[in-house]
Amino acid sequence: MKMIKSTLAAVAMLAATTAAYAEPVKVGMITTLSGGGASLGIDARDGFMLAIKNSGNSDVEVVIEDDQQKPDVAVQLADKMIQSDKVDILTGIIWSNLAMAVVPAAVAQGKFYLSVNAAPSQLAGPGCDAHYFSISYQNDNLHEAAGAYAKEAGYKNMFILAPNYPAGKDSLSGFKRFYDGELAGEIYTQLGQTDYAAEIAQIRASGADGVFFFLPGGMGIAFMKQYAQSGVDTPLIGPAFSFDQNILQAVGDAALGVKNTANWSKDIDNEANKAFVESYQAEYGRLPSVYSSYGYDTANLMLSALDKASVSDADAFQKALEEADFDSVRGKFSFASNHHPIQDIYVREVVKEGDILTNKIVATAMTDRDNAYVGDCKM
Amino acid sequence: MSAALLIEQALNGLQFGVMLFLMAAGLTLIFGVMGLINLAHGSLYMVGAFACAAVATATGSFWLGLVASLVAAALAGAIMEIVVIRRLYRRDHLDQVLATFALILMFSEGTRWLFGSFPLYLDVPEILSGAVALPGGVQYPLYRLAIIVAGIGVAILLFLLIGRTRLGIQIRAGEADREMIAALGVDIKLLYTAVFALGAALAGFAGGLVGTIQSVQVGMGEPVLILAFVVIVIGGIGSIKGAFIGALLVGITDTLGRFLLPVFFGAFMNASDATAVGSALASMLIYILMALVLVVRPGGLYGAGT
Repeated sequence: MKMIKSTLAAVAMLAATTAAYAEPVKVGMITTLSGGGASLGIDARDGFMLAIKNSGNSDVEVVIEDDQQKPDVAVQLADKMIQSDKVDILTGIIWSNLAMAVVPAAVAQGKFYLSVNAAPSQLAGPGCDAHYFSISYQNDNLHEAAGAYAKEAGYKNMFILAPNYPAGKDSLSGFKRFYDGELAGEIYTQLGQTDYAAEIAQIRASGADGVFFFLPGGMGIAFMKQYAQSGVDTPLIGPAFSFDQNILQAVGDAALGVKNTANWSKDIDNEANKAFVESYQAEYGRLPSVYSSYGYDTANLMLSALDKASVSDADAFQKALEEADFDSVRGKFSFASNHHPIQDIYVREVVKEGDILTNKIVATAMTDRDNAYVGDCKM
Repeated sequence: MSAALLIEQALNGLQFGVMLFLMAAGLTLIFGVMGLINLAHGSLYMVGAFACAAVATATGSFWLGLVASLVAAALAGAIMEIVVIRRLYRRDHLDQVLATFALILMFSEGTRWLFGSFPLYLDVPEILSGAVALPGGVQYPLYRLAIIVAGIGVAILLFLLIGRTRLGIQIRAGEADREMIAALGVDIKLLYTAVFALGAALAGFAGGLVGTIQSVQVGMGEPVLILAFVVIVIGGIGSIKGAFIGALLVGITDTLGRFLLPVFFGAFMNASDATAVGSALASMLIYILMALVLVVRPGGLYGAGT
């Protein structure tokens, strides 16, 4: 097992005020750094570490471990981090099934968990916890926004598809929560499926006026390449996961013009975002993805709370987190009562800037969206 | 449901089957001749796809990329055979599974180390892009037709190689009795390396060909590998003909099942339930097919055991 222990070198101490609160904090990051899903975890980690580096805060020690995208490994790592590394805060998990395996046990032991990505509905509704915060979104959000956009753009007969697993089912029900037109077809594909010829043939035959698809990672790459070759020209809509900065380059021109919903884009106009995109490119030599932005915001939120309260005073630290007193790269950012963000969700279009495919915001799909589970959470 | 849709789905099934054949042919050859279970066969598929993507990006020519996928996979296969596999022939299958599983991990992380974690770009060559109109009002992607033609071409070449050439005779003899063929003066070590490299080249070729319309990323070989194992079990282990028939059966069953089962359940259920039940059953269909074949013919369709 790979283990990267990074202790941050001291960059010049800024003011006496930060020093006054200085007390070493240990953060455990469990994320996916190997295998097919590695690019997501690497981006989240890089965003997180960049924020800490930029802050100049030398009191935060981050222990990073690779969960190999396996729930059992993630559970072992969490136990190890809590018991032998004695971390105060856990973060980093990308996949919802891993989050479900780790988060409830970690918060039950009094640790804070700050999610950089995974935010399953179970942890937003009855299973919510005072020590659990999602900085990214609630899993349904981007799909809901796609539904709202499809409705507003006047689509009347959508064909929708997602993989046959919990997040896929949540995706289609999230979409349907805001889209009220007809369905030309609804398909659950196999998880990890690589050939979509059969589905594309059905889309062609269905006479749909639009297609909504949620196929994260390699599945989306395969789908879009095959869709472009098939000669079907029904417009595509999807959540940002299939249009991530790293995925777009692998899809190539086949993705041009496709609309996708996201809560972050590199062209959101605010100072924090500009600084983030610039320093990320300078540090890593590539453009940030949504996962990088979640990692970056998570670290900044944590640092803002550490400035106000010590992590050993759990109630005060929780209050400080709830205030969300940091400059989010998404612009406005606050927490709903179930510790999930209230934020705007945008519609982006895939465009080419020079040789690089990237996303540009073309509309706002939802303003100040919280999530469907706020009422189910008793905290 | 129109005739055009059915024809298109049947072609999709054929194309999927042909692609599976390229994977399964190498696997069944290696198992048949050397009695070796090679879990790392999927890694050779990945090596082919990465070689194709890297060379196509560097030179701008997809065709050079395809040649590179053959060469790189054959080379990787030969090295793998000489360094690791050779020591495993006399071991039992569990040792082979363990060792080749270790190879999967090494190939995956090695590829990630070389190419990074992000999927690579590989696109269909200009001349084969887009869709063509076929008789019956069917629109079909040209590239998929090309895969069907290429796969059937490879199948014919393989049959000729096994049935009509000296190397083919040696391969069949090696399958039947490896001590005897060694006693007759054939360099069995060289033969094994050659067969292994041939099987690897076929997997690499499939990787280059199919990587073009899929995602070229670490771990892409394992899902295909599972299907390839199903194919050789159905076809009968060691039989190229069995692999071909088995691959087409699996390809067509899987594609038509995914498409027809939800329609079938839709006849007496509401649409949403029919989709859920249909897709759940469709994903099991090829395993049900495998079980049925094994009940009727325990050695597979063309296996030696029946």
